[in-house]
Amino acid sequence: MNITGLKPAGGCGGGCSSKKIGNESGAEMHRRDLMKSGAALATVTLAPGVTLMAMGSGVAAAPANPDTRWGLLIDAGKCPSDCSACVTACSDEHGWENNGLDTDPQWIRKVTVRNKTTGWENTMPVMCQHCEDPPCVDVCPTGASFKRADGIVLVDRHTCIGCRYCMMACPFKARSLVHEPVTDQKVATPRGSGTVEGCNMCVHKLDRGDGTTACVEACNATGNNAMIFGDMNDPESDISKALASYPSIELRADLGLNLGVRYQNI
Amino acid sequence: MKRLIIATLVLFGLSYGTIQAGSVYLEIPMATGEPHPEGNVFWRTNHMDLLRHDRDLTMRQGERDIDASLASCVTCHAVNGPDAKPVTVKSEDHFCRVCHDYTAIKIDCFQCHNSVPADFGETSLMFNRPDNTLDILLAYLEELSL
Repeated sequence: MNITGLKPAGGCGGGCSSKKIGNESGAEMHRRDLMKSGAALATVTLAPGVTLMAMGSGVAAAPANPDTRWGLLIDAGKCPSDCSACVTACSDEHGWENNGLDTDPQWIRKVTVRNKTTGWENTMPVMCQHCEDPPCVDVCPTGASFKRADGIVLVDRHTCIGCRYCMMACPFKARSLVHEPVTDQKVATPRGSGTVEGCNMCVHKLDRGDGTTACVEACNATGNNAMIFGDMNDPESDISKALASYPSIELRADLGLNLGVRYQNI
Repeated sequence: MKRLIIATLVLFGLSYGTIQAGSVYLEIPMATGEPHPEGNVFWRTNHMDLLRHDRDLTMRQGERDIDASLASCVTCHAVNGPDAKPVTVKSEDHFCRVCHDYTAIKIDCFQCHNSVPADFGETSLMFNRPDNTLDILLAYLEELSL
């Protein structure tokens, strides 16, 4: 049986499928129309492919939804000091690596807190806290630092000039500049020299409907279950229920930034 | 008259091309997958605007169901090197570089973006098929014929 011959017209894997359009007016066509028709046909064209891709998750892929506020709840009490699974997972997912230098990426790092009088110590991961009122966005001179409709704070590297104002403004040291040229980046995480970067809450995973982040997946895989990810605007989500049931804090709550990342048992 | 001129020019061009064996004309590498329905000229003229438009949609609004993504470009337009692997933008044979070198227009895309197809994820089904792809396809065809 000739499988390739039976493939419906237009399929080239996932790559160029949505270029199929029926409009013959060439350059006259409108970009929006092109997009709509492209998307509609892609579902038809890719019928076998869709079956393959749908196996990953039951949640539909969708753009940033303004009714959503993605958030993280981290239970420092469940975070062992010798575990850095979340950091490793982030590094693998986004293709950055630490070299032990001051200029290391700050996507996510383990921070040790210590009570000076009692000597009690604990560790927890700290990353971009995805503020509702992000200081990094306030200070960005080019608009590269911005907040998405669903509450995720990102750097648009297309407009980032690498001035590092946002790094200065961030109370959590959650941003870093890429100092050296980068090669062989992950397709979902473009990053390059001269631009600022930070935790992006795995937007590529959220946009394709995974509904979780690499660090949370890794934390759950270790069995520590110290991190809960979810929609803080949805009262039925795990994170909302946990926030409603147990005490939690924001780092630097005095700044009143309404953070997307909350902590327990610090 | 116009036709005659064009025909003459084309003939001259063809014969010249044959004599020079590609030394004057760009040899644009063939892509895999279906040709652009809008035509190559449309894409040659507008690719930068299409990419810029869609990059903002993706970056700012999380809209990823789009036509023009750089990952799709480098997937379909991958050029294999001597080792049968797609060449990166460091190679003169890279699809983007063939024209951009010729027109001396520097592209910055690949300072951040990868210039070769992904070996994972949704853009790479053609490179990274599950082992039981054949079974899945046959099951799908079976369903169609019922």
